[in-house]
Amino acid sequence: MSSNTTDHQLVSLTVNGTEREVVLDSRRTLADTLRHDLGLTGTHLACEHGICGACTVLVDGRPARSCLMFAVQAEGKQVRTVESLSDDGRLSDLQQAFADHHGLQCGFCTPGFLMLAEGFLAENPDAGRKEIREAVSSNLCRCTGYQTIVDAVEHCAAARRGHQEGNVQ
Amino acid sequence: MSHTHPAPSTATLVGSAVPRREDPRLLTGRGRFVDDIDVPRMLHAQFVRASVASGRLTSLDLSAVREVPGVVAAFTADDLELNAITAGLHRPPEEYVPTGMPVLARDRVRFVGEPVAIVIAEDPYAAEDGIEAAKAVYDVLPPVLTEDAALAPDAPLVHEEAPGNTLLDVSLFATEGIDRIFADAPCTVRVESRTGRQNALPLETRGALAQWDAREEQLVVHTCTQIPHQVRTVMANCMGLDERAVRVVVPDMGGGFGIKCVVGREEIAVGAAALRLGRPVKWIEDRKDALTASFLAREQHYGLRAAFDADGHILALDADVVCDMGAYSCYPFTVGIEPLMASSEMPGVYRVPAYRVRGRAITTNKAPTAPYRGVSRPQYVMAVERVFERAARELGLDPVEIRRRNVITEFPYTGVNNITYDPGSYLESLDLCEKSLRDEGWYTRQAEAAEQGRHLGIGYSCFSERTGYGTAAFAQRKMKVVPGFDLAEVRMDTTGALTVTTGTISHGQSHETTMAQIAADELGLELHKVKLHQGDTERITYGWGTFASRSIAIGGSAVRRAAGKLGERLRALTAGLLDVPYEDTVLDKGRVRLRDDPERGLSHVELAEVAYLRADLLPAGTEPGLTATASFDTLSDGTFSNATHGVVVELHEGTGQVEILRYICVEDCGVAINPTVVEGQCRGGIAQGIAGALYEQVTYDAQGDPECTGFMEYKMPTAAEIPDITIHHLETPSLITETGAKGAGEGGTIGAPAAVLNAVNDALRPTGVELENTPVRPEQIQLALEQAAHEHKESAPA
Ligand code: FES
Ligand code: FES
Repeated sequence: MSSNTTDHQLVSLTVNGTEREVVLDSRRTLADTLRHDLGLTGTHLACEHGICGACTVLVDGRPARSCLMFAVQAEGKQVRTVESLSDDGRLSDLQQAFADHHGLQCGFCTPGFLMLAEGFLAENPDAGRKEIREAVSSNLCRCTGYQTIVDAVEHCAAARRGHQEGNVQ
Repeated sequence: MSHTHPAPSTATLVGSAVPRREDPRLLTGRGRFVDDIDVPRMLHAQFVRASVASGRLTSLDLSAVREVPGVVAAFTADDLELNAITAGLHRPPEEYVPTGMPVLARDRVRFVGEPVAIVIAEDPYAAEDGIEAAKAVYDVLPPVLTEDAALAPDAPLVHEEAPGNTLLDVSLFATEGIDRIFADAPCTVRVESRTGRQNALPLETRGALAQWDAREEQLVVHTCTQIPHQVRTVMANCMGLDERAVRVVVPDMGGGFGIKCVVGREEIAVGAAALRLGRPVKWIEDRKDALTASFLAREQHYGLRAAFDADGHILALDADVVCDMGAYSCYPFTVGIEPLMASSEMPGVYRVPAYRVRGRAITTNKAPTAPYRGVSRPQYVMAVERVFERAARELGLDPVEIRRRNVITEFPYTGVNNITYDPGSYLESLDLCEKSLRDEGWYTRQAEAAEQGRHLGIGYSCFSERTGYGTAAFAQRKMKVVPGFDLAEVRMDTTGALTVTTGTISHGQSHETTMAQIAADELGLELHKVKLHQGDTERITYGWGTFASRSIAIGGSAVRRAAGKLGERLRALTAGLLDVPYEDTVLDKGRVRLRDDPERGLSHVELAEVAYLRADLLPAGTEPGLTATASFDTLSDGTFSNATHGVVVELHEGTGQVEILRYICVEDCGVAINPTVVEGQCRGGIAQGIAGALYEQVTYDAQGDPECTGFMEYKMPTAAEIPDITIHHLETPSLITETGAKGAGEGGTIGAPAAVLNAVNDALRPTGVELENTPVRPEQIQLALEQAAHEHKESAPA
């Protein structure tokens, strides 16, 4: 197997709301395509074998490990990366919660945790601390000891719920 | 030495939990790590690595590699002709054997994963195809894989020049009459404690991007290192370049924890390849290489003997320390770092009147080691804490009480190891930690659990940690290059905004925030007016980087001094312009005003304008521009942070799992520049300490093949294993540093293994089993619990 003999393909996918077309080697991972073909370097790689979760993005709304997906598998799909969380340059509530609770130190794992939490909370808005801790345990962080990441996600979830209840009344 | 300037009246930032200035960038994906940098015409490198633990490389055929589509070049050691990386100690040959680490191995390989060739291709996928096409033939030699094998009388030699596979063998202390003390003591205890090999495991693997800048006539290397200036020095040495022809730049860095504070061979090879090819070359280490072929850590053996009087006072400590350093000595610290650290600091927080120690560094056919967060202290603290636990059992004393009777309480205290400890809160932290667990009812719960047949254990560890290692402390090690001081430069521009440049480099420790807090307070500036520049060898003459919890204690002190000097210049300028005495001026909220007439003064902006744009207005004898530089070094023995950790664990029958029910850390790092940051350092450190105590271990098979090649085998703990941690702060300001801060980077990692192991052993108390080696895995717990159940049955009435 080598780069010349593998077939090149045209792949269209929607990244952060914009339709993109990329010609690529069929063995190229989604992570490499996002990072190096599309210049979205917010998504990080720390293991390339599906364990650490640093490369987590949302594919059709669900957290997925972009190191384990070939870019061709994203054909026709909606991909969201960390760059989409604060389109207007202002931190989203989730990002702000990470800042408020010191949920990051070196920040290398952070995009993966943000996308994991974003996808998780969308599906489980009522999640409590225990479930959040469980969900968060699918990604690795070497700096924080996790507690402050759990704090951040928990507070963000609670604030979102409070907000919703406020709307209902 | 006067240790502090009078604090400016507007000092409000130091000590407050201001939000991190790093966060917006990192949270939005706008951080810039090495692999985020792509440049035109860039090539990609990967390394052909040795597949045998010990052997002679009889042939290395790269012709098929060069045929692989996309591959541009492949170089061996002979092609690149680089000098070896050699670190040194000024010690006699019977104590220390220097060994070089070749950038690429030439004929002899010493561990699986050692690089023997570099392959460069148009894209990373092709580079990986390329290394698979390499054909290497080895004459396999029997590998040396354990301490016992290395020290066996007829052991094969890892380095021909090092008999007995011993690279360092020193006996630093031997109190006269110590044998007599042991002979006469009413109580002696023995501890044998081994710690597993670990991987520091920053989430971002190592990496480098090197390119020749023709205009500057410089090889510019972006790399994730904790010591950019030392990488520059070694790179120039290896390639035979003037040091000015190399520039090392560190962008954002995804953790380091020590393994990035040594110079790696890969970044040198990448630099050489870029020079050779005239094109930029990037190398990003993959996780497999990071786990197997990068620098590892720990793996030490402590044989301790201690004598006590009948009241539980320690009388003497006799120690034999053996550190398995793997195949090579790291630059700049050498293989001496671990045994020398342990030997000189082992008595720790205790009043040990007599002390003898032998420390050895041995070499084996495993990946080399580098300092890892804590450096020997997690190990010696664990061993010494086991000594006190043992003695407490022998003498029927409470484990906390025996510590209370032995910790140093008068400061400054000069120990049997000739180290003078600056003031700390050893006893206070112990008392508060115990009180917290008692008040929360853990002792009651433990008793209740015992009645229900459950196994709860409570464990502590007390320690101090030398943080502000200055030149003097490192010089005692007799290193050929001696770390210790650091430099800072401050520069105010025409708008009154300040740029601070340091020789330290943050890789998660929030220096952009904390260094700015220090400088802003010193000058009476708002935080947003200050920006930190770090990690660029072109921006500051020299720096010793970030390791050993030194950055705030030493780098931060340099920043305060430099800012202080600039403050003096601003005041002098004001005095000249307003024609008032210098003494009448004070810095206050973005301006310099008159002490007794707050209305009268000049803003920093006005002063900066004069200094640069209206030099015609400068008072006679005043120089234009507003910059200042300063250095700082801790004199004497440096600063000592301290802490007590208290842990409650439950052992689960059936699975042998250890669950941490409660974790309290009472820490004292002097003045906490930013308490949130300090807590973050504590928690992260504790997580790594727990990892070492219960989970992580790098293992090898009988041939020396690494068994942990991915995260499936190397069990780094997740949020499910690391508990919430309560942190109490005590504050004993340092009298030595400019800020009163001591350093907080490593304490968590140092305290956790001992506390966790002690808690496990407390829970195992009914079984009579005591475990002394880490990691403690479920198998051993299981075995101990089964034994206990068995004995229980035997002794139960029929
Ligand atoms: S990089 Fe994808 S899971 Fe680790
Ligand atoms: S913040 Fe560094 S790895 Fe998570």
